[in-house]
Amino acid sequence: MSIETDTATANQIAIDREKGNFRYDTDYAFDAGVGLRPATIDYIADVKGEEPWVREFRHKALKIFESKPMPTHWATKDLEAIDFSKIRYYLSQGQKPSRTWDEVPADIKKTFERLGIPEQERKFLAGVEAQFDSEAAYSRMKEGLSKLGVIFVGPTEGLKDHAEIFRPWFGKVIPTSDNKFSALNSAVFSGGSFIYVPKGVKVKQPLQAYFRINAENFGQFERTLIIADEGAEVTYMEGCTAPKFETATLHSAVVELVALKGAKIQYITVQNWSNNVFNLVTKRGLAHEEAEIRWIDCNIGSRLTMKYPGVILKGRKARGEVLSIALAGDGQHQDTGAKMIHAADETSSNIIAKSISVGKGRSTYRGLVQIPKHLKNCKNNTECDALLINANSRTDTYPAITVRGEGNSVQHEASVSKVSAEQIFYMRSRGLSEAAAMSLSVNGFINDLVREFPMEYSVELKRLIELEMEGSVG
Amino acid sequence: MPSLDIRNLSANIGDKQILKDFTLSIPKGEVHAIMGPNGAGKSTLAKTLAGHEDYTVTGGEVFLDGQPILGLEADARARLGLFLAFQYPCEIPGVSIANFLRAALQARLGEGQEIVATQFYKKLHEKMDQLKMDRKFTARGLNEGFSGGERKRCEILQMMMLEPAYAVMDETDSGLDIDALKIVAQGVNLMRGPNLGVLVITHYQRLLDYIVPDVVHVMWDGRIVKSGGKELAFELEAKGYDWVSKELAPAIAK
Repeated sequence: MSIETDTATANQIAIDREKGNFRYDTDYAFDAGVGLRPATIDYIADVKGEEPWVREFRHKALKIFESKPMPTHWATKDLEAIDFSKIRYYLSQGQKPSRTWDEVPADIKKTFERLGIPEQERKFLAGVEAQFDSEAAYSRMKEGLSKLGVIFVGPTEGLKDHAEIFRPWFGKVIPTSDNKFSALNSAVFSGGSFIYVPKGVKVKQPLQAYFRINAENFGQFERTLIIADEGAEVTYMEGCTAPKFETATLHSAVVELVALKGAKIQYITVQNWSNNVFNLVTKRGLAHEEAEIRWIDCNIGSRLTMKYPGVILKGRKARGEVLSIALAGDGQHQDTGAKMIHAADETSSNIIAKSISVGKGRSTYRGLVQIPKHLKNCKNNTECDALLINANSRTDTYPAITVRGEGNSVQHEASVSKVSAEQIFYMRSRGLSEAAAMSLSVNGFINDLVREFPMEYSVELKRLIELEMEGSVG
Repeated sequence: MPSLDIRNLSANIGDKQILKDFTLSIPKGEVHAIMGPNGAGKSTLAKTLAGHEDYTVTGGEVFLDGQPILGLEADARARLGLFLAFQYPCEIPGVSIANFLRAALQARLGEGQEIVATQFYKKLHEKMDQLKMDRKFTARGLNEGFSGGERKRCEILQMMMLEPAYAVMDETDSGLDIDALKIVAQGVNLMRGPNLGVLVITHYQRLLDYIVPDVVHVMWDGRIVKSGGKELAFELEAKGYDWVSKELAPAIAK
């Protein structure tokens, strides 16, 4: 197995990345190779020391993955560019690619500068270092959390040491067979966060994936499961505005949220993968009686992102919300949206999606809202607004709304606009350059959503948009 | 004497010529008023000076403190010190007045220089108080949901914050009630001085009771047909624009 990886590795480096130079440390003892076969699954389960049921779960998932076709009948044909046989599905510690700071491309360094990213983080994000040493910050937080009884571990530990908590819900919110990519993730998942918040505990500090950074955590196939017990509250944040450079072209995460009676979960994501990445994510929450699940999603990077955070409103008076911002530039397609499945009376859902298409970028909104006829007094509100910056920017909207029954109400508003020439002239007449005027306008367009993000993110987001706009004007 | 010097300016919108050989000089320290009927080209003058893309200059030159500006983009002209108070200021949703003004002021600074927040807000509040604007407005989206009068006041606020060398005010009085008019005029009068040249474009004489001009010009069919002191405004009000079309315009045409 290991001998041919030398050429394969070299090929992957050439195919996968567009900028900069990466090299792989050669450590054949931990090499799962490229391509996906049952042996790869066994390898992963062996390295992690997993229980037989987990190994079995993975194997079943592999079969389902192989049996499902690519969903190009409704999704973009660009998916066909993914070559599953050339991908590495598991990278251990010793194999993380690295490069020197000098080899990092100038425009990436410039972005770090403009976003005010601290020195040490820059090296990690640019792939110069495989680890970000956040142990100190993390251990303080760990202590505080364990006092509250909060469990915050990775999937391996979660399924092994806390199986009684996580196993009942694992794969229940998003069944393996949900789609081809949830099946893939179920076969090769590695890294991610498993969190349990006990009854009545309201965690004040947002939990961040960042705190648990190790080589695996910014991985390709993260699996996250967050369970908030009755009356518990928790906010989780993942990602960062800084461009995260990846050699791997396929990222396929699965995130399952379970909010028991009266619980609240808020999940915030800012995604800025480099432009060679296919980011295909399945995210869904299950909200029980009087519970609330809120997804706040911002997609700025990647070549193609397909992500439709959803909430199943299973208990009476449950509430689901998706706030989404997408920015698609040249060579990018943000195919995002939301799913709200009402399954109890008096449930309500809210979707606000704003997208910006710049240059030849394309953004797509897909929204599913289902309220079946036996339910009463359910409400949905959807607002999707698209902003087109250039003449060849593109946006599409595919709402799929099914509402039946009595006493249910649905409101749907959609708009497509351009930044008006009058607005730009007005701003320029005050001395702002065209680029500055554009970015102010765009920031104004998403302002009410950006305000929902925690402050560190919202400041960075605004700066990031300024950068994107600068690049696009002219 | 530093001035905004407009020489033989001709400009079209599409194929239609609006400004015809228009000449006018506004020295710093003076307030000039232009009065004229609809269609005379008053707004065209304002927008052409500011550099609006819809208008094509077909002849003439404009100098700001000796520097030619027709070849410059709108934002470059603004940074040189030109300010246009719009007749119909547009909304910029989601962009607060405070952020907008900060960005505009920042645009005038060099690399590495930053606006000092405390000084900025102090000045902003001071000017808002002078214009009797509620301080809560700083956080509102620029002109978002503002009435016409509120928008005009906001234009004056911007003018006071940006401290231009030359201000062109395009029918600032339209849509204002008498109280708002007085407040706006007060704002402008506070700025009058040797470092500012003002061109007030108006339909009605009433504004000129409060912003008393040094020179009044009458505009007709794309050019100035008569200039005089502030009494000219009263004469025009008394005789009406018929007087202009029957007596003044033909006189120039000869």
